[in-house]
Amino acid sequence: MLQRSSLLRRSKTGPQQQLSLGRRLLRDRVLLLFALPGCALIIVFHYVPLLGNVIAFKDYQPYLGITSSDWSGWANFSVIFNGDPAFLRALKNTLILTCLQSVFVFPAPILLALLLNSLFSERIKRIAQSILYLPHFMSWVIVVALFQQMLGGSGLLNNYLRSHDLATINIIGNSELFHVLLTSQIIWKDTGWATILFLAALSQIDSQLYEAASVDGASRMKQLWHVTLPGLRGIIILLFILRLGDSLTVGFEQIILQQQAVGRDVSEVLDTYVYNNGVLGGAWGVAAAVGLVKGVVGVILVLTANKVAHIFGEQGVYQR
Amino acid sequence: MSTKIVQGVPMPGWPMRIFKGLVLLVFCAVVIIPFVGVISTSVAPNKQINESGGLVLFPKSVNFAAYESLFAGGVVTQALFVSIFVTVIGTVLSLTVSCLLAYALARPSFTAGRPILLIVLFSMLFSPGIIPTYLTVKGVGLLDSIWALIVPTMISAFNVVVLRAFFMNLPNEITESARIDGAGELKTFTYIVLPLSKAVLSVIGLFYAVAYWNAFFSALLYLNDSKLWPLQLVLRTYVINDTQLGSAELGTELLPPQASIQMAILVVSIVPILIIYPFLQRHFAKGVLTGAVKG
Repeated sequence: MLQRSSLLRRSKTGPQQQLSLGRRLLRDRVLLLFALPGCALIIVFHYVPLLGNVIAFKDYQPYLGITSSDWSGWANFSVIFNGDPAFLRALKNTLILTCLQSVFVFPAPILLALLLNSLFSERIKRIAQSILYLPHFMSWVIVVALFQQMLGGSGLLNNYLRSHDLATINIIGNSELFHVLLTSQIIWKDTGWATILFLAALSQIDSQLYEAASVDGASRMKQLWHVTLPGLRGIIILLFILRLGDSLTVGFEQIILQQQAVGRDVSEVLDTYVYNNGVLGGAWGVAAAVGLVKGVVGVILVLTANKVAHIFGEQGVYQR
Repeated sequence: MSTKIVQGVPMPGWPMRIFKGLVLLVFCAVVIIPFVGVISTSVAPNKQINESGGLVLFPKSVNFAAYESLFAGGVVTQALFVSIFVTVIGTVLSLTVSCLLAYALARPSFTAGRPILLIVLFSMLFSPGIIPTYLTVKGVGLLDSIWALIVPTMISAFNVVVLRAFFMNLPNEITESARIDGAGELKTFTYIVLPLSKAVLSVIGLFYAVAYWNAFFSALLYLNDSKLWPLQLVLRTYVINDTQLGSAELGTELLPPQASIQMAILVVSIVPILIIYPFLQRHFAKGVLTGAVKG
């Protein structure tokens, strides 16, 4: 009897468990070969640079290389802890932009999705979607160039104003409007595309809920508040967590492309600070230190926000 | 009083519907007008461009002088070849590498699958930063090589996860029966799995292609030699920074006005995306959603 049950158990775990690890790897050698190139690329261009962050703790000299450069402890971090003005300027601009983006960029696709979803003509909806998704696939270089052509000194808007003897508006290259310009560029580029996830969530809402609500006499606004928005809550929280994790990343290519025109006072953000001081300025250690702190803070923000989402009973990005 | 009911929701009144239509129309116009303006200006006659002071929305006649000067063999022609090379070769390599990895990870019996999957997933959580990435690319000797535009960004963990999810959803019986018929992993992969995955392959391939075509910063970061510049960098130098394009750069004596040359460069970098856009569109909602749900 005992013998039989142990036999049974063995047959349940299958032949896989009986092979040694080496044997199993040998059996899977083709699959290992399949996984090798991709895995190697991720390790070399993701995990190796991750280790390369040690130069934040070194007095990195390019001619010595990473391993031979001297350790310098936390010296590179002094710009952060002692509040170097250039660093504080970058931090300030980053925070301003992140606030602008959370307030204006984040809700825009939700509103647009609600608008698209409330259309009754499927055909108009599809055409509108085709048009509105398009800017997402344009590079930042193209978007910035298009904005110049529209709003620049000799752009469409100002030419129109000039030909009608009206005062021209200086938008491109105007440092006072730069943050607004950046925000509106992001809205132009990505709002349409970002509606995809919200539209998907909207289509998941059971239409019986609307029927029940309207039978109970709920107005359209009430339905929006009590049926539609609760249906979107999960995806909104998920995307907000992701946004929070990225809150120190406020658009790098976009800003680098326009930095010359407006000067660093309004355009320097953490990412451009790292690039300008490290790659261009040669202060490798300091730049890496700032980049490292930015990355660590980002991870902490995501994990915290996710935790908060769990406390409020939402799914969040991942579950434990 | 009877209101029409669609899906349980009463039809809104006409004022509301007209208001919504107008809002949508404004949104769409804001997206479309820049493209129309750029394309029109690139083919508009010189006189009209000079009169308008810059951008033209409705060209009075059409001429392709600007394009002729771009394709005369100068800087822009060169950049176009670089961009096409990077996009085509890059996409093929990216798809190959990503599919192979995703297929291996999709096999439940794969011994090393668990740790490799974790390597892929964790790479999405933390971005290594500009400086260490630059030093790594420099360390592998890719600096000032056209491969710097391809190799560092060849694989996207997100795309691998999407592909894996798709491969795992394929009915197990098909691959099982191929195996019983004596097909090895490579045969199963190329003759059974890949043909069944055309839809997802085209979406992911197009996403990779768009990313390669649009890549600007990697070129700025890794390439000093302007001979290797892709179109996006040329676009920045001659359109955004407004550097004059002379006959020396264009390789032709024929010189249309700067505005129309600049707009023609823009059009050349936009058109490939416009061409693949309808194909992308047919699939992308599906592709993005699989990723979002399974990722």
